[in-house]
Amino acid sequence: MWKLFQSIIIILKIFAKTSFSSEVEYRLNAFVELISVIGNLLGSIFILSLFYSSGSTLGGWEWNSSIVVLGIYIFLEGFIISLLQPSLTSLVKHVQNGTLDFILLKPMDTQFYLSSRSISPWGLPSIIGGFSLIIWGISLGSYNPTLIDLMMFLSTIVSSFIILYSLWFIIATTSIWFVKVWNATEVLRATLVAGRYPVSAYPSILRFLFTVILPITFLTTVPAQSVLGMSSISMTLSSLFLASIFFSISRIFWSFALRFYTSASS
Amino acid sequence: MISIDVKGLSKNYQIAEKEPGLRGSLKYLFLRTSREVKAVQGINFSINEGEMVGFIGPNGAGKTTTLKMLCGLIHPSSGLISVAGYKPQRRSPKFLRKITLVMGQKQQLIWDLPPIESLLVNAAIYGISESETKRRIKNLGEMLELDDELYRPVRKLSLGQRMKAELLASLLHLPSVLFLDEPTLGLDVNSQIRVRDFLLEYNRKYGATIFLTSHYMADITSLCERVLVLHKGNLFHDGSMASLTEKLTPYRSVKIEFSNLYPLSEFRKYGSIHESNDHYVHLLIPRERVIPNISEILEKYSVTDLEIKDPPIENLISRLFLKDSKK
Repeated sequence: MWKLFQSIIIILKIFAKTSFSSEVEYRLNAFVELISVIGNLLGSIFILSLFYSSGSTLGGWEWNSSIVVLGIYIFLEGFIISLLQPSLTSLVKHVQNGTLDFILLKPMDTQFYLSSRSISPWGLPSIIGGFSLIIWGISLGSYNPTLIDLMMFLSTIVSSFIILYSLWFIIATTSIWFVKVWNATEVLRATLVAGRYPVSAYPSILRFLFTVILPITFLTTVPAQSVLGMSSISMTLSSLFLASIFFSISRIFWSFALRFYTSASS
Repeated sequence: MISIDVKGLSKNYQIAEKEPGLRGSLKYLFLRTSREVKAVQGINFSINEGEMVGFIGPNGAGKTTTLKMLCGLIHPSSGLISVAGYKPQRRSPKFLRKITLVMGQKQQLIWDLPPIESLLVNAAIYGISESETKRRIKNLGEMLELDDELYRPVRKLSLGQRMKAELLASLLHLPSVLFLDEPTLGLDVNSQIRVRDFLLEYNRKYGATIFLTSHYMADITSLCERVLVLHKGNLFHDGSMASLTEKLTPYRSVKIEFSNLYPLSEFRKYGSIHESNDHYVHLLIPRERVIPNISEILEKYSVTDLEIKDPPIENLISRLFLKDSKK
């Protein structure tokens, strides 16, 4: 077990190294990405401040709590840019060019390979920016998170990662049949924008949709609630449960899809 | 020991059919018709450990499909395959460590980085220790005559250098069964020879089984004593190159140069005239008539040069496939 863990770490290290070094071949990209993150961050805070300018609240959430939700959203977006987008892009490219053959012939878990092989550093500004917003939001309020709150926050944010990853990977998997699936992920990303604001800010029909159908509530609102002392153990557990369900579906779906893989002809 | 064993292997595909034009596209969107294509139809063969076997056939004969079934990338519709004692379609890690697939038209090297980075990735995946990796890169690199090229970005390498680096990446785990799909595609003659020499050396050194498809007959003739010919999903030939030639052509090619001018019509009785000019004629003579006919020609005419050969294998094979498609 320890040996397996060790080899996974070695592989992840070398994957990160090679994908970082191939990304920094294009230095201008770094600059453009940084500018766009700063713009996005300031724009989002400005729009959020408009809601609060008249002294009202957003679905019962205070200004500082909404900042935490926004922070988590931006944090997750950094995660999308750094991990999900590059690996999805590479999966689609592999299917298109038929180079998925090479990956399927490697003696390792193909889902693990595809998900971790390409990492981009360009999500880092969003991750740092989002994290700073979370800290800022907490410090603006009067509530001091306890150790249990922090542990619940950690579990729920990990669940968010896993749910988001699984959704993304399920969509990427459909490229085995449809090859080009960029548009589908754009739809998913556009829907996730809803996670910028606390879920209670939306009308009840959307709230239902975001909780039961697309788990947006669990992506941003639930982690924010845990760090603000508004959550419960049962909520944390259901978030972890949901994450494990989504993850299992993504794995089952991937091995199902591979049976239909015919490989691009030469 | 048998390395590759194939029994009654078949593969059928469902192919969607689309009519041309806008109307066809609209129809395709709502009403899809598909037909079944029999890519491979019940083929049988077995290959011993350490054997080098050529696998040829025209485009669309089912070569790549067969190759991919042998690697475990595609599930066969029916039939049994055993490679190195494993069922390929299960793709067990132990099996995958024993084989490799090299495709001339696809590459696994990371485009923006030097090949050495891709090699290190593969070493990590196959769990090869650092010192062992260095040793193997050195050994295989010497065999391939690769050195500085390993430290230059792949996109800056020539096609030949890239293919050699690709081979190194595919063989770092020292597989015992090599599946090569057009490994010399697009390479210049020198690089082709280098790749062939390398494959021969690898085969000798590691006793590896090599299963190779190529459109360049020189690859096949210089590497493989045995050749499998696939045609329309069926195995047309399994045996030596010489027996394939005999099977394909009852003629031998005879080129004759004369010191004097003779009317061309005089040579028609010896065989069919393939080409000719003033002092030269190229005849295709039935095998059993070669000796008597040539003796007669030597007696009657003033011959300055004479060459007797089997016709080039490329011509024979393309003629066979042409003949079959006309049927």
